[in-house]
Amino acid sequence: MTDTAARRAAEREFTVRERTQLQLTVRRFLRHRLAVASLFVLILVVVFAFVGPLLWRYDYAQFTPDNSVAPSLKHPFGTTEDGKDELALVMRGTQQSVKVAVLTAVAATAIGAVWGAIAGFYRGLVDALLMRFADLVLTLPLLAVAAVLAGNTRGSWWLIAIVIAGLQWAIVSRIVRGVVLSLREKEFIEAARALGASDTRIIFRHLLPNAIGPVIVNATILVAVAILYETALSFLGFGIKAPDTSLGLLVNNARTAVDTRPWLFYFPGLFIIVIALTINFIGDGLRDAFDPRQQRIRQ
Amino acid sequence: MLAYAVRRIAVSIPVLLVSTFVGFVITSLSGDPVKNFATSASPPPTQGAIDAYARRLHWDEPLLERYWIWLTGLFRGDFGPSVNPGRDLGADMWTRFGVTLRLITAAIVLALILAVVVGVISAIRQYSKLDYTTTFLGFLFLAMPAFWLAVLLKEAGIWVNEQAGTTIFYTIGEHSPFLEVDTAWNRFTDTIGHMILPTISLALINFASWSRYQRGSMLEVLNSDYIRLARAKGLRPRTVLIRHALRTALIPLVTISAIDVAQIMGGAVLTETVFQWHGFGEFLVRSINEVDVYGVLAWLLLAGTVVIVFNLVADLLYAVLDPRIRYD
Repeated sequence: MTDTAARRAAEREFTVRERTQLQLTVRRFLRHRLAVASLFVLILVVVFAFVGPLLWRYDYAQFTPDNSVAPSLKHPFGTTEDGKDELALVMRGTQQSVKVAVLTAVAATAIGAVWGAIAGFYRGLVDALLMRFADLVLTLPLLAVAAVLAGNTRGSWWLIAIVIAGLQWAIVSRIVRGVVLSLREKEFIEAARALGASDTRIIFRHLLPNAIGPVIVNATILVAVAILYETALSFLGFGIKAPDTSLGLLVNNARTAVDTRPWLFYFPGLFIIVIALTINFIGDGLRDAFDPRQQRIRQ
Repeated sequence: MLAYAVRRIAVSIPVLLVSTFVGFVITSLSGDPVKNFATSASPPPTQGAIDAYARRLHWDEPLLERYWIWLTGLFRGDFGPSVNPGRDLGADMWTRFGVTLRLITAAIVLALILAVVVGVISAIRQYSKLDYTTTFLGFLFLAMPAFWLAVLLKEAGIWVNEQAGTTIFYTIGEHSPFLEVDTAWNRFTDTIGHMILPTISLALINFASWSRYQRGSMLEVLNSDYIRLARAKGLRPRTVLIRHALRTALIPLVTISAIDVAQIMGGAVLTETVFQWHGFGEFLVRSINEVDVYGVLAWLLLAGTVVIVFNLVADLLYAVLDPRIRYD
């Protein structure tokens, strides 16, 4: 019986296969060639940063006998003036910068999503208070305030991430609030309430999952923004501290000798650009995938 | 318009007050100057010296009390005691603030002009080579660390100077330490010369996202009905573009650039560090490094004021740009 039904379906002239929301989104993303290529490059960079140090013959903290050597087969990215291998340093730096950026994005998204959902759901005074505070955070010069607060982090990567996230969640909260404001009037929320669902359940089970599209897109972009802030903080000397390293710290160490040891300046900078650029492209692809109606380039 | 401006300024004062309090809490969280004094000096200071130090910084008072002392001091022009007895915060900051204000104003103006020109052209010539190039450049600058670009421009400036055998671009400091012929005109051109590279590097980073906004809003306006009507009535394309389309399409850019002012203020710290300016950025970095809490507060206070003033300007610009908005 089922056999014949399946055959009959296959014989039909136009067959339409059933697809879940996720499958549709993934298919739309895969059609965005630039985003897929960027994802591929980004994965390569991440593997390079996290697996590379296990395979590479030099450690980032190790002093080799070669001081200030230009890129060669032995040291593909050259060495620093005190003989450290730049390739090992860049691997370690990328690792630290990526770790900070990802944790920042996750923490900022979590805080911002809950903050925005509560504001949008309860409206009124709660909304006014929560959002005025978020607005205030948005007017703070992020880099400067992060630098001020980072004085206490002593170079710990996760504390730096928390500091940056503590200033970035406000953007997320505004996006989520906007989505929640329109969703809360929908019938399915009314239905959930009629069934006796508590506020917490409605917010976490019904509202937040429906805001997932814009939240994920924004979280992706946040990773790119966070990596720029982390490197900027480290560049000023308030982020990751020696003997550990990050891409920003590497650029800072190299900036006084760009003409004599250019490899120390260009390689870490290139990695920052590649990471931020690919993440932005991926974010673009995700935006189109989650919301096909709202194309980035309209017309 | 004037009444509106006055009302807006009146509303800004409580906002500024709240943000100074937030700034006060943040700086108090950021470090304890008294502990720093007690542990970092060698030989270790006596308990009496530590107490005197804490009293001078009002650190023996509770947080709210300390805030009140600082706030009332502001009205007398007193920005609070520095951890370093030889450092007069008030005297140190005004010239530095002027230097930075000059930089960010020039960078914002340059970025706005570039963003409007590039945004409008790439909207008119959508999907042309120029559009793709500027789109790519936009993404590139968006992904480029501000300090890296600044160092790159500085190196390029040094290279050009070496090739030319003379100083075309100044790469260090906000002005020359001394001038051979010290006239007002020479001082002015010298200052402008030092501003060129830092301004470009600060402007490029912001121009990237702004030109995207400008392109988007221009496209939206160009496809709207009233532009079609203006065209149908036979207005000259130039008039349609500039008088009718551009004017409305500038509004989103005004909003977004006013929001970004706070981040430009922060970004200027990086640019100034690279070009070794004795500006407000250096003031902040030094204050953080020395756990000079009142120095940090002074920076946050003036940065907050700048943000509020620029937002006020943006609000007034709406009235100029959008004929539907009237403030009276």
